[in-house]
Amino acid sequence: MHRRGLLRFLPGLTLALFLAPVIAGLIGTWLPAFGYFPSLGGDTFSLAPWTTLFAQPGLAESLRLTLISGFLATVSAFLLTVIFLAACHGGRLILAVRGLMAPLIAVPHAAVALGLAFLIAPSGWLVRLVSPWATGWDLPPDVATVQDANGLALTLGLIIKEVPFLLLMTLAALEQVRAEERLAVARSLGYGPVTAWLKAVLPAVYRQIRLPLYAVLAYALSVVDMALILAPLTPPPLAVQVLRWFNDPDLSMRFVAAAGACLQLLIVIAGIGLWRLGEVAAEGLGRAWIAGGRRGGDGRLPRLVAAGLVQGLVALAAAGLLGLALWSVTRRWRYPDAWPSSLSLDTWAHQAPSLLAITGTTLVTGLAAAAIALLLALGCLENEQRRGLTLSNRVLWLLYVPLLVPQVAFLFGAQVLAIQTGIDATWIALVWSHLLFVLPYVFLTLGDPYRALDERYARTALCLGARPNRVFWQVKLPMLLRPVLFALAVGFAVSVTQYLPTLFAGGGRFATLTTEAVGLSAGGDRRVMGVYAFLQALLPLLAFAAALALPKPLALRRKLRIQAA
Amino acid sequence: MSVIDISPEHGLTLSQAEILHGERRIIGPVSLTVPPGEVVTVMGPSGCGKSSLLALICGTLDPALSGRGRVLLNGEDVSARPPEARHVGILFQDDLLFPHLSVAGNLAFGLPPSVRGRKARRERIEAALAEADMLAFYDRDPTTLSGGQRARIALLRTLLSQPRALLLDEPFAKLDVALRARFRSFVFDHARAQGLPTLLVTHDPQDAAAAGGPRLQIDADGRILGARPAGRGHRPGGLP
Repeated sequence: MHRRGLLRFLPGLTLALFLAPVIAGLIGTWLPAFGYFPSLGGDTFSLAPWTTLFAQPGLAESLRLTLISGFLATVSAFLLTVIFLAACHGGRLILAVRGLMAPLIAVPHAAVALGLAFLIAPSGWLVRLVSPWATGWDLPPDVATVQDANGLALTLGLIIKEVPFLLLMTLAALEQVRAEERLAVARSLGYGPVTAWLKAVLPAVYRQIRLPLYAVLAYALSVVDMALILAPLTPPPLAVQVLRWFNDPDLSMRFVAAAGACLQLLIVIAGIGLWRLGEVAAEGLGRAWIAGGRRGGDGRLPRLVAAGLVQGLVALAAAGLLGLALWSVTRRWRYPDAWPSSLSLDTWAHQAPSLLAITGTTLVTGLAAAAIALLLALGCLENEQRRGLTLSNRVLWLLYVPLLVPQVAFLFGAQVLAIQTGIDATWIALVWSHLLFVLPYVFLTLGDPYRALDERYARTALCLGARPNRVFWQVKLPMLLRPVLFALAVGFAVSVTQYLPTLFAGGGRFATLTTEAVGLSAGGDRRVMGVYAFLQALLPLLAFAAALALPKPLALRRKLRIQAA
Repeated sequence: MSVIDISPEHGLTLSQAEILHGERRIIGPVSLTVPPGEVVTVMGPSGCGKSSLLALICGTLDPALSGRGRVLLNGEDVSARPPEARHVGILFQDDLLFPHLSVAGNLAFGLPPSVRGRKARRERIEAALAEADMLAFYDRDPTTLSGGQRARIALLRTLLSQPRALLLDEPFAKLDVALRARFRSFVFDHARAQGLPTLLVTHDPQDAAAAGGPRLQIDADGRILGARPAGRGHRPGGLP
């Protein structure tokens, strides 16, 4: 049958759509890294780009920043996630936190970074709240709390963004490993709550969250937008430095940039390799620890510490967003006042024309990328079910490729490819570049609920005489309305947060709320920054709210329509 | 191995049906004929492949398994047809009413498109509901119904799809005892009245006794142990 044939090709097409640009982009970056780039006069292979790269002043410092923030953020986020879940298992706090995690994940990195910067800067809200009555500071203190020399502000920002992601992934994994039973057995053998979780649940859960963890590490080692706001800039972390070289007016620097991009990839690969070694070591130590049979205490201290830290992170993120909103309606806010002295909507009004256009671009790109990703994901999942396939682990790895390969390591090469095919700086290139990152998340979000739907519903419908396509549209899709809309919202949020893809694929012709918010962060008018960053955070949140609110009215309309038919 | 004679002109016939997982045989080979209006019971412990046998007849066999043999409906070989073209109705342990549709929406889903026009379709659905004493439930959300009511709607939905055979996959197992007897006779009465060949899969001897037809016993390895004719003087359909 024609349609069934189409469906059969969908997985291949999907893989090609998001793997081909990554592979081509990597090749297109590695060739210039070794001097081959004919359009800039590089006709022969050489090691010159690498020697120039290693001769760059500040490279060592860039690497130091990258490694500190990347590893410190990932290790802290992982430990905090594990200890929080171990110490608070089954508690009410987990439920509360779980509800907050989805919106926190939805808020773009740049908005979190700007909110955090507004909060912890020497002239930030926190200092204002306690000055001058408690600190005696009539002027902002002369300490670098943002863009500090060790990249700790960036590390904190990354932790705020990554803990919610890891928490959600781990919570989902807990359901699959039947954690309750494991815990019940361990507790009945006399183990304390935290020790029971660490010894009986973590080993099983870790296997499930390994890939997300690698993605977090890869992201933290190569982040650009957050680094532009929170990390020191002279010199910046490697990924930001590579971006600068790519944008250098001296075109010969492209070769150095390409070599830097390849170095970035090697660092991520080495980083994941190192993490893997850590896993092996931890496994050995863990086995010995488990075999030792120590029962552990009542877990009150870890519970207090972990719960406090997680609540602190949530509070920081929320206060940051509040700060953005407040700044966006501020007319005057003199240091060290705790609150603005007068409010107005002037900034919003002034920015309205460009704000509308930029929001439009953000919306169109996000909705298009999310919708295409949803269609592809649904098609692949439906094909998988009709043909009785099960997704192997290897395919799951492929899904993670765009999340594991640093963006800066292949987007330049992909841009070269786009120029050659003539789609550079078009909507196609823009949406496609977002699709690379939207698709994996949409697929991962939709996969579990799709496979979990009781297959007997479809069987019953088939036996009632409905064709497979009708079963898909009238039975599966309506029953999966909630997860489908949720996946759409996730896809939209992922698109809104994209910074580098918009820069590279948009060729400077497209501005989204993210590129604008990050671009403005170098300027200094906090009111304008507040407007763009707040709106950037608001759009994904609205998408999630809509995904939660829409199913009811939609389902009602459906019911009426089917009866009328 | 044939335990029951084949008279394939009418009813549901399995001919040398077996199900394999790779090289391993799950169930069969089994040959049997269920004449119109007759209930044949397949009994066996859970995990013996009873449900897979029904899936083979429906055409919804797990792609990881492979089926062999032929399925005939009123003399026609339907083995190669997709499930939606076989017109075999099936009821499971759970009612599986679509939660996103009302009671009438569920019934309309089963009613074939050949019944045309809003009015005609509505009348058919109302007639079916009235006949089950459930006319008042037309617009109800199925989740607000009791277990017994849901089970009846599920049967009506299947019957409205005008099946040529009825398969029952332990549809009484989840109902409480009092309800079970009533729903059992509700199902069997309807199946007989419509002259449907009915294949019941169960591990409850009471179900089999109530069905009254011949029984087929399957052991844990999927082997056919033998057939017992119907008790209580019931017409022994298709037995030697």
